[in-house]
Amino acid sequence: MKVCFTAKGATIDSASEERFGRAPYFIIVDIDSGAIESVENPYIEGAGGVGPKAAQLLISRDVRALVSGQVGGNAREALVAAGIEIFTFRGGSVGDALEQFRKNALQRSG
Amino acid sequence: MKIAVASGKGGTGKSMVAANLAYTLSLAEPVTLVDCDVEEPNLHLFFPGPGESSEVTIPVPGFDTVACDLCGRCGEFCRFGAITVLRDRVLLFPELCHSCGGCMLVCPKGAITESPVRIGTVTVSSPIPGMTLVTGLLDTGSPLAVPVIGAAKARAATHPLVLYDSSPGTACPMITTLDGSDCCLLVTESTPFGLHDLELAADVVHGMEIPAGVVINRSDGTDQATLDFCAEHDLEVMMTVPFDREFAVIQNRGGLLCRERPEWQERFRALYAGCRRLAGVSP
Repeated sequence: MKVCFTAKGATIDSASEERFGRAPYFIIVDIDSGAIESVENPYIEGAGGVGPKAAQLLISRDVRALVSGQVGGNAREALVAAGIEIFTFRGGSVGDALEQFRKNALQRSG
Repeated sequence: MKIAVASGKGGTGKSMVAANLAYTLSLAEPVTLVDCDVEEPNLHLFFPGPGESSEVTIPVPGFDTVACDLCGRCGEFCRFGAITVLRDRVLLFPELCHSCGGCMLVCPKGAITESPVRIGTVTVSSPIPGMTLVTGLLDTGSPLAVPVIGAAKARAATHPLVLYDSSPGTACPMITTLDGSDCCLLVTESTPFGLHDLELAADVVHGMEIPAGVVINRSDGTDQATLDFCAEHDLEVMMTVPFDREFAVIQNRGGLLCRERPEWQERFRALYAGCRRLAGVSP
């Protein structure tokens, strides 16, 4: 199962990013194999509609869960409709968030 | 002759100028006043009366679930994020759609057709002899002012003498209002904020190549910075309205300066003559 973490940088030790649609990077981790893919957010400078665009990016990559600080209304609607679970994480690195996710310690928000 | 009344800063007196100019002109010839401040139109407060309303709609896409094979091209094309293609269906965010029609063009299956969605209204009334008032009103929650402004302006398209009252700011609604105008009055006030935003608005009219003049409203008599700016940028100061409590009282009860103090009609007639000069129309 693939899980997406929003990040300020491209690597797993980067700080996590609280925003979803305007996160600088999406770090997508395959929980089963441990494979990590880092995707630079192409919509970060977009004028509007970046939430659904970012959600589409996750849907297209078969992501099944998102770990982020805050997810806006339109993005949330798209993610929920796509069956992507949303978990809240603030502060710390993507690595920390991944560890908490593996321990099932994160709060579900959608 | 189409005259736009605009400003950068809100609350400088655009509607005061537009209402009094329209009122004065209506005494001599038919005039149409278009309230293009569709998020908060207020000219009907000066000119109340029954009107006829019609809906403004924009086309948004709908998806034929049989023909659609979820290829995702419409979602990729939409730069506004209005379309998300899920594994089993297409999700539309109609409030993000700008009605460009691009999704229909890129759909290889012909699975997209447009249908109208209401975003506001346009009301036409005849509040006083010689005046037609067109009021655009954006529905609460709808983010797209531009199509409502376009619809309001369209109702006055064939009228010979039209005043457009713009929304404040210098973004799309203001530009849509000014588009096609023969000249523009920029209303400012004796404050640093008023001057700052006048500079922005002057940039826009310059870029749109619309001849413009300036009205200084609520002048406290210390307008040197504004006068300097206007001189440097070849902007004629066409009228100065002093700061006067009585004017504020008239305005605040929905009154018209030119009706209650008729000596001001001459000033507004001179302002109109100035507009014609700006637009290059013979007096």
